[in-house]
Amino acid sequence: MSDRRLANSQLGSLEYDPAPESATIAKLKPSYGLFIDGEFREAESDARFTTVNPANEEALSMVAQASAADVDRAVVSARRAYDKVWSKTTGAQRSKYLFRIARLIQERSRELAVIETLDNGKPIRESRDVDIPLAAAHFFYYAGWADKLDHAGFGVNPQPLGVAGQIIPWNFPLLMAAWKLAPALAAGNTCVLKPAETTPLSALVLAEILEQAELPPGVVNIVTGDGSTGAALVEHLDVDKIAFTGSTEVGRMIQQRTAASHKHLTLELGGKGANIVFDDAPIDEMIEGIIDGIFFNQGHVCCAGSRLLVQESVADEVLRRLVRRVEQLRVGDPLDKNTDVGAINSAAQLLRIRELTDFGESEGATRYTSSCELPQKGYWFAPTVFADVSQSHRIAREEIFGPVLSVLTFRTPEEAVTKANNTKYGLACGVWSEKGSRTLWVAERLRAGVVWANTYNRFDPTSPFGGMRESGFGREGGRHGLEAYLNV
Amino acid sequence: MSDGRLDVRKTYKLLINGSFPRSESGRSYEVTSAKGAFLANVAQGSRKDVRDAVTAARGAQAKWWNATAYNRGQVIYRLAEMAESRRDELAEHVALCEGVNARTSQKTVSSSIDRMVWYAGWTDKIAQVLGATNPVAGPFFNFSIPVPSGVVGVVCAQDSSLEGFVDAVLAPLCVGNTVVALASERRPTPGVLLGEMTSSSDFPAGVLNIVTGLSDELASVLASHEDVDGLDLSGVTSADADGIAALGAGSIKRIYRPHATESVSSLRRLRAFVETSTVWHTIGQ
Amino acid sequence: MTPRGVASVDQVSTAPLRLVTEQDRSVQIAATLAVPTIESEAQLKALLTSLSGVDAVGAEARAAKLSTRSIKKSTKLAAIEMAISMVDLTTLEGADTPGRVASLCTKALRPDPRDLTIPSVAAVCVYPDLVAHARAVLGSSPVAVASVATSFPSGRASLQVKLMDVREAVSAGADEIDMVIDRGAFLSGRIGQVFDEVVAVKEACGDARLKVILETGELVTYDNVRRASWIAMLGGADFIKTSTGKVTVNATLPVALVMLEAVRDFAETAGPTIGVKVAGGIRTTKDAIRYLVVVNETVGSTWLTPNLFRFGASSLLNDLLMQRLKQQRGAYVRADEFSAD
Repeated sequence: MSDRRLANSQLGSLEYDPAPESATIAKLKPSYGLFIDGEFREAESDARFTTVNPANEEALSMVAQASAADVDRAVVSARRAYDKVWSKTTGAQRSKYLFRIARLIQERSRELAVIETLDNGKPIRESRDVDIPLAAAHFFYYAGWADKLDHAGFGVNPQPLGVAGQIIPWNFPLLMAAWKLAPALAAGNTCVLKPAETTPLSALVLAEILEQAELPPGVVNIVTGDGSTGAALVEHLDVDKIAFTGSTEVGRMIQQRTAASHKHLTLELGGKGANIVFDDAPIDEMIEGIIDGIFFNQGHVCCAGSRLLVQESVADEVLRRLVRRVEQLRVGDPLDKNTDVGAINSAAQLLRIRELTDFGESEGATRYTSSCELPQKGYWFAPTVFADVSQSHRIAREEIFGPVLSVLTFRTPEEAVTKANNTKYGLACGVWSEKGSRTLWVAERLRAGVVWANTYNRFDPTSPFGGMRESGFGREGGRHGLEAYLNV
Repeated sequence: MSDGRLDVRKTYKLLINGSFPRSESGRSYEVTSAKGAFLANVAQGSRKDVRDAVTAARGAQAKWWNATAYNRGQVIYRLAEMAESRRDELAEHVALCEGVNARTSQKTVSSSIDRMVWYAGWTDKIAQVLGATNPVAGPFFNFSIPVPSGVVGVVCAQDSSLEGFVDAVLAPLCVGNTVVALASERRPTPGVLLGEMTSSSDFPAGVLNIVTGLSDELASVLASHEDVDGLDLSGVTSADADGIAALGAGSIKRIYRPHATESVSSLRRLRAFVETSTVWHTIGQ
Repeated sequence: MTPRGVASVDQVSTAPLRLVTEQDRSVQIAATLAVPTIESEAQLKALLTSLSGVDAVGAEARAAKLSTRSIKKSTKLAAIEMAISMVDLTTLEGADTPGRVASLCTKALRPDPRDLTIPSVAAVCVYPDLVAHARAVLGSSPVAVASVATSFPSGRASLQVKLMDVREAVSAGADEIDMVIDRGAFLSGRIGQVFDEVVAVKEACGDARLKVILETGELVTYDNVRRASWIAMLGGADFIKTSTGKVTVNATLPVALVMLEAVRDFAETAGPTIGVKVAGGIRTTKDAIRYLVVVNETVGSTWLTPNLFRFGASSLLNDLLMQRLKQQRGAYVRADEFSAD
């Protein structure tokens, strides 16, 4: 046979010119106050902090640092709105407010997408195609429950809890706000929402939308600040319910602090999701699914498929294709419409990712890192895959919350299940196979709140999401998502 | 008009497959207000119009059901938006047709719009309420989902010209059926107006079809048409109802007759036009 | 100097990385030709069954995501010119005449006579009995003469008739033959017959290059498209082609994706680089560029030439010319700027 010496074919040889979305679409103000009782106002001490664009470390705006006194004002306002207005508002009326909010989000979707990308660092394609549409859809879905609570399966005329304190993370700022506010309001509660310290802006623009929707003052209050603001909210005596999404570490503290109180609690915490790949997986879609599972949103996803459990018989071929695909990921300016992977949200998070990844190498795993060029300014981490990982390695057990995948192997379905479950977490898993019976067999044995089959990181307002064990308790989305906000 | 200006009067036509044709029979009949004043010459639909409407509804049904529930909800919510923005027109017709005062008619329009919003919110929830996973005694994943019956013929309430129309038409629509509606014989115009609004609400052609005319005659046509899967007999007088229902039995149609004391939040009308489809799938390595 | 993979903040890891090489990030075309010899239908069936399935939802999602790529400015201009050079300018109507074909050939050679920097298209595509006329106009120009054959578009005739169709086109001067596979045979499981026909037609082609039309709209499922692609490639196809353009469903982005994945895998395992032609329903520059993006990100540089990628189209050419002019002038232009051929 002749030796052909044909050159390899270069993927991505057609280079794309920059296609930047314009930052001015965000119409950002130089500063934002707290949103309490239907209006924006400064923190009582006038304290403020800067929020920064993680892609270039430039200041975006100043927001208020809410103190315990500010939090108290917000809770008082929420309580008054609950007693005097919202608890007397019919389901049909609440429904129409929520429909209005959904529509307004749709109308201002482009502006919101740019804000989200600037503040969080995620690619504009993701904000535009995933975050914002899902946020609107979440309001649409729960709008339709507000006037049908009798049919939600919790008995006739289920009652709300009262005032809900809600603390959300920085990875999907607007979407997490929607996940918290929509069901709470539909069920008849009033809210005090505390956005994450590094991503307050989209929630504050949401406040403008609530004003446009003419939501009665005090029904939703938004208090920005750091961890101390959240702590004040958790400890406030007149809050009936705490809903928290964030790290297991902080979730544990909140559970401890509220243990002796009357407060209802739901927690959505960390995870170490396993993406299980059988030898009969649809190969190209599976590679995409693994990529989506860990590099979507820079891996800043609690349910990320951060472990790949691949059947040993196909491990080499899968790894080869995976590395090739990782090399194709476009990492860079989040405002560029062709960017696949954006910036890490903060310096602190970047340090943590690097710490764990360095440890991964020292543990003996084989590290592949994308050869992509990273911008000079900003917080960046190149997509990384660790092969030859063992079950006992730290990088197989601890949540990295970054674009880092750990690859392990298995031989039988039983072993895959055991390895997937061998974690204190229990949030999400993926299963890749064309054999339905086996997929279902594996799914029912996985100790995870969400199982994705032949797909990953799919979210829908109708589909309940949440974890088992130390990934938290309670569900968001679906009929089940109402339970967290009803006194049932 | 006090300034002597002549206004441009409206022709009330049928709604079939997204277009507004006159009756193929060319006939019309006079509709008067409750007080007896001339309101309009409304198209007198024929059996052929009903046949065309059923064909249109059948042609549109697969696509309507294959759209996402979210999309169906958005479409119905948009109808509510349209109705709200044209509420005065609707109120005027309700007042004229039903012989009530402006305040009452405005209340009727408000509650009709709130009903539209109620139905819009059902599209992506009915499966969660009527569906189930069933714990069968064996290694099977077993789930039941509600699927639409198909094409539903609706004889709208004779007296409640808007609210009754909304309930009869949106209940089957929101669970995925397509509809051929016979508007109230004596009070058709509010329903016809709402039909016009579907045009600007992103309703795909053929999802809702409206035929005006002599209810009894057209009801029999709908009832005996074998390609109609379900029948809502709200607008059939009790004397005729049994006969019409018997006609429907010919192709085993699902027949719905409202109870006198049916509550507004009852799901009976939604359940009337869904079928439960149950799937088994083995579980094993 | 910041080591790869780590941002410029603070201390940096010095542990060794497994360096990703150029090999790792490209399609590694097999150094040695190793196309399996198919000796029986059973063997072929076993090979096809061993291919991975395609998850339709995943494939469509990938294609949809690729179609969100924003192609602007110089990339867009380059893509438009590339697309022009990849067009198989086509006329396949019962009413075709020598005059029509002559007009088409003139346009194919010089899409816009006012601007000679615009490349010629790759080929003209006509029915077999018009090949001689096309040849006469095109002479020995770089624009190839492609002929459909094998009882295009249905393929419903005896093998004897189909081969005669091919031979006549070839002797009339066709450089390329676009054949159709027997979809009836494929769908009823007679894949050995499908394979044998490709082999026979390839032989009858002589020096002419063979494009094998799968008629993906009739195959319906992506699994079928993958399998039919492999049958054609194993049988000796130089190109695999989506459609005749004569049925309701023609080329789609996900189908093209699946076919490109097939040629990629074939090149990596068996060796030969097989081309892909998308045909039917591609009317706008936007569509064409979307296909080029899929080629770029699935198979890469080797396939981004008319040698291995084609658009079977007619009205697409004018839209490409219009968009090119718009890029240069900065304003939307009239359709009448260009000949209505």
